[in-house]
Amino acid sequence: MEPFNTHTGMVMPLDKVNVDTDQMVPKQFLKALTRKGFGRILFYDWRYLPGEKPNPEFVLNFPRYEGSSILLARHNFGCGSSREHAPWGVKDYGFRVIIAPSYADIFYNNCFKNGILPASLSENEVEELFQRTEKEEGYMLTVNLPNQTIADRHGLMFRFDLAPSRKEVLLKGLDDIGTSLEHESDITAYEKAHTATATMYEAVDVQNYTEGR
Amino acid sequence: MPPKTLYEKIWDSHVVHEEAGKPALIYIDRHLIHEGTSPQAFAGLSAEGRKVRRPDLTFAVMDHSVPTTEKDRVLPIVDTDARLQFEALEKNCRETGVRLFDMNSRNQGIVHIIGPELGVTQPGQTIVCGDSHTSTHGAFGTLAFGIGTSEVEHVLATQCLVQSRSKTLHILVDGKRPRGVTAKDIILAIIGKIGISGGTGHVAEYGGEAIRDLSMDGRMTICNMTIEGGARAGMIAPDETTFQYLEGRPFVPRGKAFDDAVAGWKKLNSDDGAKFDMTVELKATDLAPQVTWGTNPGMVTSVTGRVPEPGSFDDPNDQKATESALKYMGLKAGTPIVDIPVDRVFIGSCTNSRLDDLRAAAHLVAGKHVARSIKQALIVPGSRGIKAQAEKEGLDKIFRDAGFEWRDAGCSMCIGMNADVLPPHERSASTSNRNFEGRQGKDSRTHLVSPVMAAAAAIAGHFVDVRSLDVASVE
Repeated sequence: MEPFNTHTGMVMPLDKVNVDTDQMVPKQFLKALTRKGFGRILFYDWRYLPGEKPNPEFVLNFPRYEGSSILLARHNFGCGSSREHAPWGVKDYGFRVIIAPSYADIFYNNCFKNGILPASLSENEVEELFQRTEKEEGYMLTVNLPNQTIADRHGLMFRFDLAPSRKEVLLKGLDDIGTSLEHESDITAYEKAHTATATMYEAVDVQNYTEGR
Repeated sequence: MPPKTLYEKIWDSHVVHEEAGKPALIYIDRHLIHEGTSPQAFAGLSAEGRKVRRPDLTFAVMDHSVPTTEKDRVLPIVDTDARLQFEALEKNCRETGVRLFDMNSRNQGIVHIIGPELGVTQPGQTIVCGDSHTSTHGAFGTLAFGIGTSEVEHVLATQCLVQSRSKTLHILVDGKRPRGVTAKDIILAIIGKIGISGGTGHVAEYGGEAIRDLSMDGRMTICNMTIEGGARAGMIAPDETTFQYLEGRPFVPRGKAFDDAVAGWKKLNSDDGAKFDMTVELKATDLAPQVTWGTNPGMVTSVTGRVPEPGSFDDPNDQKATESALKYMGLKAGTPIVDIPVDRVFIGSCTNSRLDDLRAAAHLVAGKHVARSIKQALIVPGSRGIKAQAEKEGLDKIFRDAGFEWRDAGCSMCIGMNADVLPPHERSASTSNRNFEGRQGKDSRTHLVSPVMAAAAAIAGHFVDVRSLDVASVE
């Protein structure tokens, strides 16, 4: 995974609380086989009119926000479905950072698997950023992960909190699976001690591909 | 030893590796997968040359996009994207040795329905699935939660998950449930009280008389919608109700092995004096049947209530959200809930498609007929096992005679990934779990209710207070 250190980019405001992952990537796009191409889908029903014509009333289609890479959002961002298609869409569209007062647990977790930094600021700080983004066309922020700061060019600077282990994953672009497999012997020892099994005592109608292997 | 919560007991018994200040590696006892969120995980695994570590602890099922009409189930799948996902799941299972309940299996059903039904789900386990409603399995005293596709890949490769300890939330529902108030109404009322992010960062444990009195079907409804209150997992300590439900199910040990298992399961409860980070209390006796009016499950009120005024909320963000929700839902503030007409009725989903749900709804509609104004009334059993049992009891005939369509098992109109979609601007009374914008179909309008409330709305053509009906099934 691509490591994350600092990022400077234009901010796009999404002024809505409780944005759920169904809005980010609607159900009809969950029948995919790859992780690719979800940027075009992101916020599909809000973003497009019939015939995939851009809806001029949706913020993502405002010319002034074209090329944004920081998504400014409200409370409980990413609630609902566990679909990782949502962060795939966020990343593929070009966002590297999300700033919001809070996130839903599963979405928050999924961001770190995809090199997206979901930064949390207080409600007041987020409100301040919404006002500044509204006022200044092309409003930019610099997000510094090592220092855990978010700053603009006018001297405003906010600090955000992040678990040290989460920070390390992003900074190093760690592959979780590789790291966990380093504990192979612990896993094997656990399995021996706990004899984890799933025995079928009565036949059920299942394709049992284990047989004959 | 200090007293522990149920969550802490299960957590502690599953730690494979832990270092101070870092998340732990915890062991996963059951990994459930479905066609929708697994193909990219298998592709990632194969790209890295990694193997499925424990195919024997992994169970796959086709549910999200399966057709629910018998004719479409036997013919080739016409939706190309869905067909490719089914084929990918079949191929991935064949190549890795994972057991698969395909759409022709007589045990097929929604992943969170068949796990418990077949006894794959057992107390004390850790269970994950690439689906947020994995919280359902917590009804058996398991630690069960939804994960993303990258984590599905992680579990396939390692049978473990990297996790940080959650905070704990105790939800106590005391007193007896009044007539007409179901498990669905209890959980909707809880979400209405704590809000849809009230449980974020927590694992919830439910207790109190009203929870203990519920059947396993009802308890699963409660745990299922825990995620709608923000908590990733919900749990209920196992008891005699749990053990009776499990005995004799295909994956549950028999004879002495069962007795030994039960002896272990009896220790799975929160110790007296165990500390929770947060406690919420409700009185079941105060509850009435619930109906959602907005675009998330926290936008809910009693059937005796009215659609709220945006101005009745203190927070400007809530005011804005309410305004936007009323616009989307095509509702006027102040409208009595019972005056809202319904176009379609959906009884199904991993929330409410079990036998208790179907029996209660069938008793309510027996000898009656759906209103002329209703365009479609769907009954979608959660599994083929439930469907077969319901047919044995004659429920299918009752529903058909009353003008309902009796379908085959799957996720169906809860998520609308197959042909069962709620058309634009149409309004449903739905027993599912999410009323998000576009959830059941683009521009569709969902009202979440219990199975008896949905059945009553089908007969009347609008919401009615089931407590006013003289039928035994609302007891």
